[in-house]
Amino acid sequence: MRTPRWVPALYLGPAVLIMVAACLYPVISAFQLGLFDWSLGIPWSDARWVGWDNFVSAFTNPRVWSSLWTTLIFAAVCVTAEMVLGIALALALERPVRGTAFFRTLFILPMMIAPIAVGLVWRYIFDAQFGLINAILGLFKVAPLGWLADPTLAFIAIVIADIWQWTPFVFIMMVAALANVDSAVIEASRIDGAKWWQMTFLVKLPMIAHVIAITLMMRLIDAFRVLEVVYVLTFGGPGDSTEILALHIYKTAFVGQQLGVAAAISVLLLVVVALLSWGALRLSNPLKNDR
Amino acid sequence: MQRRDFIQNSAITVFGAGLPLSGAMAQNRYAKYAGQTVVFSIPSHPHYDAMMKILPQFTKETGIKVETDRLAMGRMKEKQLLEMAKPQGDYDLGCYVVMWKGEYVSKNLIRPLEPFFKNAALADPAYDMKDIIPIYLENLGLVGGPKGYLAGPGAQLYGLPYGAETSVLAYRRDIFAKHNLQPPTNYTEFRQLLRIIKDKEGIGALASRGQAGHQAVHAWLLHLNPLGGSVFDDQWKARFNDKIGVEALKFLQEVVATGPAGIAGYGQGESNTAFLQGQAAMYLDSTSLAGLVNDPTKSKVVGNVSWALHPMGTRRASQSGGLGLAIAKNAKNADAAFLLMQWLTSKEQDKAVTRAGGAPMRNSTLADAAIVRQYPEFITFKEALKYSNPDWRPIIPVWDKINVQALGVGISEALTGKKTAEAALNDLVPQVTQIMREAGYKV
Repeated sequence: MRTPRWVPALYLGPAVLIMVAACLYPVISAFQLGLFDWSLGIPWSDARWVGWDNFVSAFTNPRVWSSLWTTLIFAAVCVTAEMVLGIALALALERPVRGTAFFRTLFILPMMIAPIAVGLVWRYIFDAQFGLINAILGLFKVAPLGWLADPTLAFIAIVIADIWQWTPFVFIMMVAALANVDSAVIEASRIDGAKWWQMTFLVKLPMIAHVIAITLMMRLIDAFRVLEVVYVLTFGGPGDSTEILALHIYKTAFVGQQLGVAAAISVLLLVVVALLSWGALRLSNPLKNDR
Repeated sequence: MQRRDFIQNSAITVFGAGLPLSGAMAQNRYAKYAGQTVVFSIPSHPHYDAMMKILPQFTKETGIKVETDRLAMGRMKEKQLLEMAKPQGDYDLGCYVVMWKGEYVSKNLIRPLEPFFKNAALADPAYDMKDIIPIYLENLGLVGGPKGYLAGPGAQLYGLPYGAETSVLAYRRDIFAKHNLQPPTNYTEFRQLLRIIKDKEGIGALASRGQAGHQAVHAWLLHLNPLGGSVFDDQWKARFNDKIGVEALKFLQEVVATGPAGIAGYGQGESNTAFLQGQAAMYLDSTSLAGLVNDPTKSKVVGNVSWALHPMGTRRASQSGGLGLAIAKNAKNADAAFLLMQWLTSKEQDKAVTRAGGAPMRNSTLADAAIVRQYPEFITFKEALKYSNPDWRPIIPVWDKINVQALGVGISEALTGKKTAEAALNDLVPQVTQIMREAGYKV
């Protein structure tokens, strides 16, 4: 019996409606907000239509572009380090060895901690007077460093905190992907005399390329949205050296009370993230082979 | 008419209506509201920690319940704005930072207090508004007037000080005695001491805030005012980059150079901790430190701290600021909120919260012999209040934006050496002018 044409629509309809409501509506709302001058505490009915002014104001503001540049560097450094470390850890703990379960649990712990708590923990660790890092450096007679008071060190601090928190995510994804690699293929390569590095780089990693691409995309998106850790650790400082775009948007919206301009910058952020995600999927699109 | 006369006269006018109240009415003041719940937005702050200790007594006396919503200071404003913008919000009473008062009034989010004090059924005849430290009342409570945030014709009372503060110098008398040093009375001595202490004692000379944003600006304002400067001139044109502004920023750069490690990243908490843990020999900031200095669980300098006036520049000046209380426009239980506010700021409860480690807001508390015995530093604080400048910072509705997004970035850049003091301040002028123009100022 042929399935009526409306059946797929019936099954897919609710999911599509939810997706439209949950994903598309906020984007349209943000775009709409970008066309108004409105601040918190004022009724929406009193919002003033300003057309493209907010977008012009956002895109001609050098602070927005410097903030975008900071975000790009932050995302590039963090995501690269997280991918390399995550894959390396997954390969190291791929085979069941003594203590595998313990290490796997240990490595995913940071991901379970609330970002605000992560920020606070690292703020204490990087504290110039009482922090753990300066205490360790002190054992080697290194003078205390003002980690959060120097532009370069502060940037390194937020990068370290992000890598610590999100490498476990990459690790989990890779462990799951490696577990699904067909053991027959690995066995065949071993019989063919493949060395460890050949097996890793020419067999295993290409076989999990889809998962790597998806993980890369998810981490890129998250790296562009990170806010809490930087908010707590440096609040964008010193100067604006760690003011990533999400924090700039936050300050524009909640300190400057320019929700319209903040929404306009959010649209810019959306475009940048969409382009990067498209680039990541171009590397290996898991949906492509399903057509 | 002098400013203080104006505040006192306003207080008398506002309060006058309450005087004929009968004792019986006063006793029944709370009966109508017993069982209601006042939802109270408060910050995580030492004064409000002290308040929590006396709050149960209010419910016991009045039958009015209080539900507190405590948030970090930095996150409190956005939550309050969201709540107060609703037709009926969750908050009845809110604590606000002095910088927010203009914005809250301009957005019509809080209520003027005069109708409450004129309401014979609510006002306490023993309240004595004149006893509230005038500079606190003006700085935290008044909105309107010629400048928009100070006393003068048109100014109205929108809030009451609760957690208000001024600036004083705290110093380690053991270290000063060891090196035969005297606390600085002026900025020349102050500047010399910074280097001397750093060289002789090897610890930070002065604990200060320095983190980008509000914290760095707060630290700079502490020196700008005594040195004779201000952010704007009388026509609202930026003057913060003049000779005095640069001098104040250069002084702050010296504070950072001679301060404890990492000072350019300090918020108020880190600055307090640096002094309390013995990493700095001096502290120039809020009087709110007083409640912590002699607490052995938080301080390593118990018994070694003395207090002095804010050193004098070209003029004597100390900070005015801190926290106040206001009733939300959309409050569900506004009258009960007023009763709580009135109770908390009454003579008796001001003493009670001070004994619990809070900051006093009444002259009678500062003059109370038992309390002065408990906190001898109040003698210095009372003297400092004589020089407290209510125009410490321009508390116009867009000040928060100028403070955090413009000045707070530029000053931080000067503190980390990215820019010179002159370049940092000069580069900020176009941005600040633009913000002022967008806010409707003809500059």
